[in-house]
Amino acid sequence: MSKELIRLSGVSVAFDGEIVLDDMNIHFNDKEFLTLLGPSGCGKTTTLRIIGGFLVPTAGDVFFDNVRINNVPPHKRQVNTVFQKYALFPHLNVFENIAFGLHLVRPKLSKKEIHDRVMEMLEIVSLKGFENRSVSLLSGGQQQRVAIARALVNRPRVLLLDEPLGALDLRLRKDMQNELKRIQQAMEITFIYVTHDQEEALAMSDTVVVMNEGKIQQIGTPEDIYNEPENAFVADFIGESNIVDGFMCADKVVEIFGRKFECVDGGFAPNEPVDVVIRPEDVDIVPEKDGMLTGTVTNITFKGVHYDIIVDFKGFKWLIQSTDPSPVGAKIGIKIDPDGFHIMKKSRYSGMFGDYSSYSAEYDEIGDLEYEPSENEAELEEEMRYDF
Amino acid sequence: MMRKRRSTVISRIFLAVIFIFLYAPIFVLITFSFNSSKSRTQWAGFTLDWYAELFNDASIMNAFSTTLLVSLLAAAIATVFGTVTALGFYCLRKRWRSPLMAVNNIPLTNADIVTGVSLCLLFVFFGSRLKFNLGFGTLLVAHITFNVPYVLLSVMPKLYQLDRSLIDAAQDLGCTPARAFLKVTVPELMPGIINGAIIAFTMSIDDFVISYFTAGSTVSTLSMTIYAMTRRRVTPKINAISSLLFGAVLVLLIIINVREIRQEEAKKRAEAKLRQGAMQK
Repeated sequence: MSKELIRLSGVSVAFDGEIVLDDMNIHFNDKEFLTLLGPSGCGKTTTLRIIGGFLVPTAGDVFFDNVRINNVPPHKRQVNTVFQKYALFPHLNVFENIAFGLHLVRPKLSKKEIHDRVMEMLEIVSLKGFENRSVSLLSGGQQQRVAIARALVNRPRVLLLDEPLGALDLRLRKDMQNELKRIQQAMEITFIYVTHDQEEALAMSDTVVVMNEGKIQQIGTPEDIYNEPENAFVADFIGESNIVDGFMCADKVVEIFGRKFECVDGGFAPNEPVDVVIRPEDVDIVPEKDGMLTGTVTNITFKGVHYDIIVDFKGFKWLIQSTDPSPVGAKIGIKIDPDGFHIMKKSRYSGMFGDYSSYSAEYDEIGDLEYEPSENEAELEEEMRYDF
Repeated sequence: MMRKRRSTVISRIFLAVIFIFLYAPIFVLITFSFNSSKSRTQWAGFTLDWYAELFNDASIMNAFSTTLLVSLLAAAIATVFGTVTALGFYCLRKRWRSPLMAVNNIPLTNADIVTGVSLCLLFVFFGSRLKFNLGFGTLLVAHITFNVPYVLLSVMPKLYQLDRSLIDAAQDLGCTPARAFLKVTVPELMPGIINGAIIAFTMSIDDFVISYFTAGSTVSTLSMTIYAMTRRRVTPKINAISSLLFGAVLVLLIIINVREIRQEEAKKRAEAKLRQGAMQK
């Protein structure tokens, strides 16, 4: 899991002067399930095409097993790809599609060996008995399995998957997610997976790379990415987030809406402006008198597991997820545990996401409710009183 | 209601008149090819003699083999050229593609007489310097020239339908670019290439004007021979050979159309199947 297999070093790509990938530095470990996650146009597919050999970077180097492979053509790389729309050969049947790569192996494989390996792959992707079918007569899910089998039969060291589940319906997609994870573990190879679906990325990956505008925003485990987003873009893209402007008064004390709250983050400069992320599921609804802040419910939507409740804190709307409904128009209080606040440094994405709205003087009125910082913090509060 | 019925009747009559105009000459031609007398106005009974006589006429048989040979060769060579040209167009940037496509389409609408005369002048010009005469060679070159645009037009749509990721997939699985072309691109384009070849063949069989100007005096195609016969003494043999030519071209056109309709339907079926498949499982 720890050995480095592929490295992109300072890789940039520009098409007609437009920068698609901007100085990308990343390494991919052996036998890891890594996902490149981002909105369309973020450069994730471009990254995949560079690794596959379909695109030569404008600048920078690509290393495979410490050998520079910038100009090695696709057919000489130990990498195979599952394409977005499967790209099955329509003039060949299922067996011939899967055997396509095996016929190209030199020295030639015997007919029996090709047959055995194709059959083995059909077994792995649960398509036994389909070998003589025409690929145009398969369902989307089956075509996708053929595409996976065709790529894996060559025993690549790395499998690249370009949004392979995009065309499938939700139920089938969930099944295929588990299946892919199982295949990756069974084959013990590296999967580099491209998707714009954050749930898919969190569910399958060992490592998630969040990208936007040709740049890596954050690399980490799914837990890291969700719990410790590095900037407003990541926080907003992964899951739901309320992102508000704040100041770090001191380690473990953050000020939002002109009020101080206890949190668990530290290491910021005194009074440093920050973005504060509060996940909707970390907010508890309490009776108005017990709340740290109070607001009015403006909307409620039943989502099955929980309710999505939109609460207006005098103009600033938060999303709160709760298993208990609150009627529209109700005055409610909210409570947030210290670990419910996640503090991020300001970035170029500050203010662009997370229902952020600029500070309004009205928030001062919300601040009447009781919150008792520790003595030490109370002193700080005096010193750092901001005039909003 | 009444009004509507009347307009249907009128439109049907109109349609009938058009068909009569279009097909009456051919009907007369074919009918009199079976007439047992030489008269072109009096029906004297049914016979196949004129068809039998065709096979004993050396100049007609000669012209027939010339036509077949030049059509087959021209269609084959034009198919290769046209396909390669289509690939070139496909790889061009859009900015260049449209104007060059217009250049390709001009010969299609250009008057045959202009194409014929200009090719004739070109061949004479080079022939006097490079010491060759009008003959089978120049006839073949002329046919290839006017066939290429038709092949191009039937291959281009197939190229645009081609999923580029198929070529990527072939290379990804171990094909060199050349091998990927042969194993994936060519099979995918094949329906268009074959359509193009048949159209080119039909155009060659059909052609008179361009052949007339480029074949010289030593070789003659079927349509040239028919023309020559009409200038001498008209016999129902002309009807017979013309009927055969009409039949052959008709059959080819039907083949082309049936193929194109079938390809469209197959494509639609595959797409419908895909959508359906993606929806239910």
